[in-house]
Amino acid sequence: MLNHYAFVGLFGVVAILFPVAALVVGALAGPRRPTPAKRARYECGLVSQGESWVQLRVQYYIYALLFLVFDVETVFLYPWAAAYGQLGLFALVEAVIFLGILVVGLAYAWTHGDLQWR
Amino acid sequence: MSLTQAVFILLGGMAVLGALGMVTLRNLFHSALAMILALFSIAGIYVLLEAEFLAVVQVLVYVGAIAMLILFGIMLTRDIVGRASAVRNRQWPLALAVSAGLLAVLAVALVRAAWPLATYAPAQGGVADLGLALMGPYALPFEVASVLLLVAMVGALIIAREARE
Repeated sequence: MLNHYAFVGLFGVVAILFPVAALVVGALAGPRRPTPAKRARYECGLVSQGESWVQLRVQYYIYALLFLVFDVETVFLYPWAAAYGQLGLFALVEAVIFLGILVVGLAYAWTHGDLQWR
Repeated sequence: MSLTQAVFILLGGMAVLGALGMVTLRNLFHSALAMILALFSIAGIYVLLEAEFLAVVQVLVYVGAIAMLILFGIMLTRDIVGRASAVRNRQWPLALAVSAGLLAVLAVALVRAAWPLATYAPAQGGVADLGLALMGPYALPFEVASVLLLVAMVGALIIAREARE
């Protein structure tokens, strides 16, 4: 099993080395002639306004809570997905019921206006 | 030293580094990021122990959900975002004493414990076996878990709604 995860480890190493290499090579090889425009913060091409540390709207917390529940649901469905090849129609029905019960919660949030952006 | 040992030392070092960063960094947001590093490293250690499902749960629940919730909590709070906060408060000697005591107890327990090797072979199927069990003999607890999640979701929504009004 560890051999499968060696690829994941390799991927992680590449993911760390790639941006580091890009920054190091850029710093070593590129010419340095800064102007105020070049030194300005880059934010999607627009002139950035205010500070980067801003307080987010509390509304996001509802979405975070809903995400948390559906994330835990994924934990239960993961073994089902791993064994799917050996399981029959009954298991599919079970998973659909499992999801259906949770969709009731989503419908509750929707109909009670918790997902409304205000 | 085998490759597994080298990877373990690397992951353990990353976990300790993340934990230290979480405690010592002055910006709470950076502390939370350091905590994510520690949690990720522990997931790697689970993989090393061939506890595949536990590693997946660690990444999905702790890194994906809990850490995200903590980051949201920090970003939603006006007074602590982007501001250096005190690393110590009045209770630090007490905290130091408790931590040192816990370390001593754990160290004694680890040194005294006998570490016998398991006499039976570990299960081979792993996550797929778990899936078969969840769909077969444990189908009812599986569905009940869904009801539990539903109750948690509705309860959280009601509490959040009350807090807003």
